Amino acid sequence: MWLTRPFSERSTRLFLSVLLAALALVTLLNLAVPAGHPLHVSTYAVTLLGKYLSYALLAVAVDLVWGYLGILSLGHGAFFALGGYAMGMYLMRQIGDRGTYGDPVLPDFMVFLDWDSLPWYWLGFDMPGFAFLMVLLAPGLLALVFGFLAFRSRVTGVYLSIITQAMTFALMLAFFRNEMGFGGNNGLTDFRELLGFDLRSDGTRLGLFLATGIALALGYVLCRAIVASKLGRVSVACRDAEARTRFLGYRVERFQLFVFVVSAMLAGVAGALYVPQVGIINPGEFSPIFSIEVVLWVALGGRATLYGAVIGALLVNYAKTVFTGVMPDAWLFALGGMFVLVTVFLPRGIAGLLSLRPWRRASHTATTQPTTGESTA
Amino acid sequence: MNILKSLANRERVFDFLVPAHSPVDVRHGPILYLEDVNVSFDGFKAINDLNLTIDDGELRCIIGPNGAGKTTMMDIITGKTRPGIGSVWFGSRHDLLTLNEPEIASLGIGRKFQKPTVFEALTVFENLELAMAADKRVLPTLIARLTGEGRDRIEEVLATIGLVELRYATAGTLSHGQKQWLEIGMLLMQRPRLLLVDEPVAGMTEQEMERTAELLTGLAGKGKQSVVVVEHDMGFVRSIARTVTVLHQGSVLAEGSMDTVSNDPKVIEVYLGAEEEAA
Amino acid sequence: MRMLPRCLSGLLCLCLLFGLPLAAQAQDDPGQALLDSLDTDSYADKGEAVETIIASGDARSRRWLEALLGGKLQRHKDTGRFVVVVENRGRHWPVVDALSFEDAGEMSRRELDRIGINNALRGQLQGALAVIDLHAEQVGERREAARALLGDVDASLAEPLRVVIGEEEDAEVRRLLEQALAIHRLEEGDAAAVDVLAGSLNTRVRSALNAASRSEDAELAAAATSALADIEQKMMLNRGLETLYFGLSLGSVLVLAAIGLAITFGVMGVINMAHGELIMLGAYTTWAMQQLLPGQPGLALLLAIPAGFLVAALAGVAIERGVIQFLKGRPLETLLATFGVSLILQQLVRTVISPQNRTVVTPEWMSGSLMLNEGLSLTLNRLYVLGFALVVFAGLMLVMRRTRLGLEVRAVTQDRAMARAMGIRATRVDILTFALGSGVAGLAGVALSQLTNVGPNLGQNYIIDSFMVVVFGGVGNLWGTLVAGLSLGVINQVLEPWAGAVLAKIVVLVFIILFIQKRPRGLFPQKGRAAEG
Repeated sequence: MWLTRPFSERSTRLFLSVLLAALALVTLLNLAVPAGHPLHVSTYAVTLLGKYLSYALLAVAVDLVWGYLGILSLGHGAFFALGGYAMGMYLMRQIGDRGTYGDPVLPDFMVFLDWDSLPWYWLGFDMPGFAFLMVLLAPGLLALVFGFLAFRSRVTGVYLSIITQAMTFALMLAFFRNEMGFGGNNGLTDFRELLGFDLRSDGTRLGLFLATGIALALGYVLCRAIVASKLGRVSVACRDAEARTRFLGYRVERFQLFVFVVSAMLAGVAGALYVPQVGIINPGEFSPIFSIEVVLWVALGGRATLYGAVIGALLVNYAKTVFTGVMPDAWLFALGGMFVLVTVFLPRGIAGLLSLRPWRRASHTATTQPTTGESTA
Repeated sequence: MNILKSLANRERVFDFLVPAHSPVDVRHGPILYLEDVNVSFDGFKAINDLNLTIDDGELRCIIGPNGAGKTTMMDIITGKTRPGIGSVWFGSRHDLLTLNEPEIASLGIGRKFQKPTVFEALTVFENLELAMAADKRVLPTLIARLTGEGRDRIEEVLATIGLVELRYATAGTLSHGQKQWLEIGMLLMQRPRLLLVDEPVAGMTEQEMERTAELLTGLAGKGKQSVVVVEHDMGFVRSIARTVTVLHQGSVLAEGSMDTVSNDPKVIEVYLGAEEEAA
Repeated sequence: MRMLPRCLSGLLCLCLLFGLPLAAQAQDDPGQALLDSLDTDSYADKGEAVETIIASGDARSRRWLEALLGGKLQRHKDTGRFVVVVENRGRHWPVVDALSFEDAGEMSRRELDRIGINNALRGQLQGALAVIDLHAEQVGERREAARALLGDVDASLAEPLRVVIGEEEDAEVRRLLEQALAIHRLEEGDAAAVDVLAGSLNTRVRSALNAASRSEDAELAAAATSALADIEQKMMLNRGLETLYFGLSLGSVLVLAAIGLAITFGVMGVINMAHGELIMLGAYTTWAMQQLLPGQPGLALLLAIPAGFLVAALAGVAIERGVIQFLKGRPLETLLATFGVSLILQQLVRTVISPQNRTVVTPEWMSGSLMLNEGLSLTLNRLYVLGFALVVFAGLMLVMRRTRLGLEVRAVTQDRAMARAMGIRATRVDILTFALGSGVAGLAGVALSQLTNVGPNLGQNYIIDSFMVVVFGGVGNLWGTLVAGLSLGVINQVLEPWAGAVLAKIVVLVFIILFIQKRPRGLFPQKGRAAEG
């Protein structure tokens, strides 16, 4: 019931129709338009768009905690990567004996390292159900433990940002180690099939793109529902006046933990959808720079709007693709410049320019009505 | 009569409080009782053998020069600061020193801070909604819907604080005085038994001050809740006070009606005198 | 040039013509007989010949034996003349006469016969040379020679050594020689020799004791084992001290990197993610100074200290004026914006200078190491950086405690509005504080250029560590930063041997993350009302 609440919002309906229309259009242009035609969308482009969409879902997750809870997580890349690794482990097991070394159980890198059996934490990843559950649970559990410790001791603000960054940094270092059993430097790659579908076929790629788009839509609705619920308003209250919220009798740390864990799981799903499309997951996804870049997408799009996060993720990543193709040296200048310009000149992001924020109208009416203090008993 | 009234009150409050908590028992006397409380910060004694009793339904003003320990006293009652020695009782059943901030809040002690803190990004209505007594755990909050009863309650409080017209305005756009009233309204939403109000009229205009005086006397006057006001402004205190307590150096210097207190030579010396000389 | 070989062969003909008188002259020289005795096929005979040469006391014997050891003592096939090859590269080798050591031109390698040696002979020669060196004028050379003898003493050397010990004046040389003799005695099964060796950290001594501890002689084995245990203990202490030193060194780097941040973040509350890039600028300033002053790396390094401070401070002011001042009171946005600045600075260095690492020369007085005992030596550059860190820290403390700026900074930190009311120009204080913090980052860069590669990523590697140090130490507390930096450095080094470098780092990070949960305000929290706000 609380889940259906977003559908009564104009902005959500608009967002969903644009997204679904775009998905349908891309599918049409990919399938129905012949390859030579200028309007044809190649499978390569479809996969690229799918990658952007998984980034957009990650951005929505970050916006949920940053925009509505006021927690600037510089470690959401870690949740994204964990979800990705869970998916990657499943895909590795699916390779079976078709790897270079032909071992029926062990992935190539383990054979290379002379391991004789699977480590315990790889068990079960040959079952898709278990693996997909871990896509949610692995990042969720990390967020639960980390958030429990942090919020309980009221670590917030920049401190939290810094230790989330340290968290993802530590994980990156850990996953770089071969002994961890996640393929070290090279990560997991050479995937073959997902649920029996060949990952290299055009059909699977289009399917993954659509799945990512639908996951984004669902994730968006979930976040919207949370935000529109009373819990969402409590989150905003925690963001703006934490002590006050506590005095009202809300256990602030539990609300923070709940939203943080939900957001981490969403990030995990985004990572899981990302991996089969790009065909690799390596410790680079844990790098603090990636996490902080995600925050830029949200900032550019406009925080505390959710759709702003989607816009930001798509725009920045499209720009990145264009820039790195045309003049790779200039990309970091552009990215750095965006960070500075957005925070200084565009604190509300693109969404702020569109001024679609519902409460802005309300505040407008408020200022036009003078107060008359009528006394009451 | 008073006891009967408070009993009736207790029943009403009981329905809306979180069932897990037992009601405040005021049959045997005061609603708030501080005995021999001491607090020191790095050797500085902020509270020194403080004894204070607030009766059920009373409106009490607390005055005192800077550093007299007024804010620290509020901190102790709400659980923010723990005293070194002493006991603090809410009714005759709840030892406040064993409870944490949210627990104390849900028992029915509301505190209004010196600086108004409302949730600026939310509307007036939403501010009150969040403050409403309800199941405040995470999942119930997620699926909570506003009941007709709750809506009525919010409307009632909106009327009390005079912000009916502004119910859909964002709290951030309110004037200073309106924010103060909204905050008092948020406290009322919790149906507190005891309201602690810290300098409510600081920075208010003359009219806003009058309005606030009416609001506060109205709240306590009906015997719904006890109100403790900490205030610097003597004119304001004179306009609302029945009983005044003067704090000085962390303990009670004098207590009584405004006239009694203002004629007390000790008080004149440490506080009023200084102010009148300055004026 | 092409004339030269012909000239040479002419010369050789001349030599041949006058061969007789030359040989006659040579026969007058007792050295000729000594050398002749070396030219035999029997290695045993050669060994005896070597003994004879040593016993002869001929002043040239050291050079002969050295040449023999190096395979450079050779004999001309035709004339039988002994020569010492100066350089055996190419087909014609420059040679000197083995008797007179005068230049004898060049000879074709095909004309020469090498006086060969085997391993036994090589050992004997090394020992013999050492004994000769033991008579050197310089104490240092004698000590070197004595140290080289450890483990190389055999029966033939033992007797001459005893004589040398009796004549030696330097105690250190005597001690080393006695140890060398003792190793020999140990090999012969003399348990008393263990006493002489006890406590020495030399690897040769330890391997001799190790061998003895496996001896069949129970008494000897027991003595050797207990001596080894003693040595092991000493080694442990040494290793402990070494770990401590490396830990303090790493810690001093962390302190240097973090202390500027402690000012900008701790005192001003500004999150400057470009702090690492300010460090990088300092390092590049050092490199640039060395490019400007080629051949004088030391002077360049010294000049880089003020220059690095200035460059980083100016960059800091630019960041403060250009970005941070617009984001007052919005720490999270400041974090993002300065991160953008850090990306730009990195890319700027890549584009303008190079994406590759630059080498910064370590001046001579900073290279090398300070030897404390046989098992422990401290590298000088790390020692200098450690000292530098302490000096910078002390300087900063002075600035914050004793100067007007420090007073104003503390005032603005505690109550900005009040400070302004007192007539402090808060904006100016902001700029100066930020310049100070950034300048110190530049100093850190100058120091780091002596320890690591100078590249565009230099700063990035330190930013997270720096934040950890500041947060761990307690924000706003310079002492906390010092203690936190040094202790984190030591913890890291202590963990490294059993966990490996990467895991040690992970452990430290996790430790800090957990520590912050326990004590959110760090090791040394600020107390009182100001901290509450």
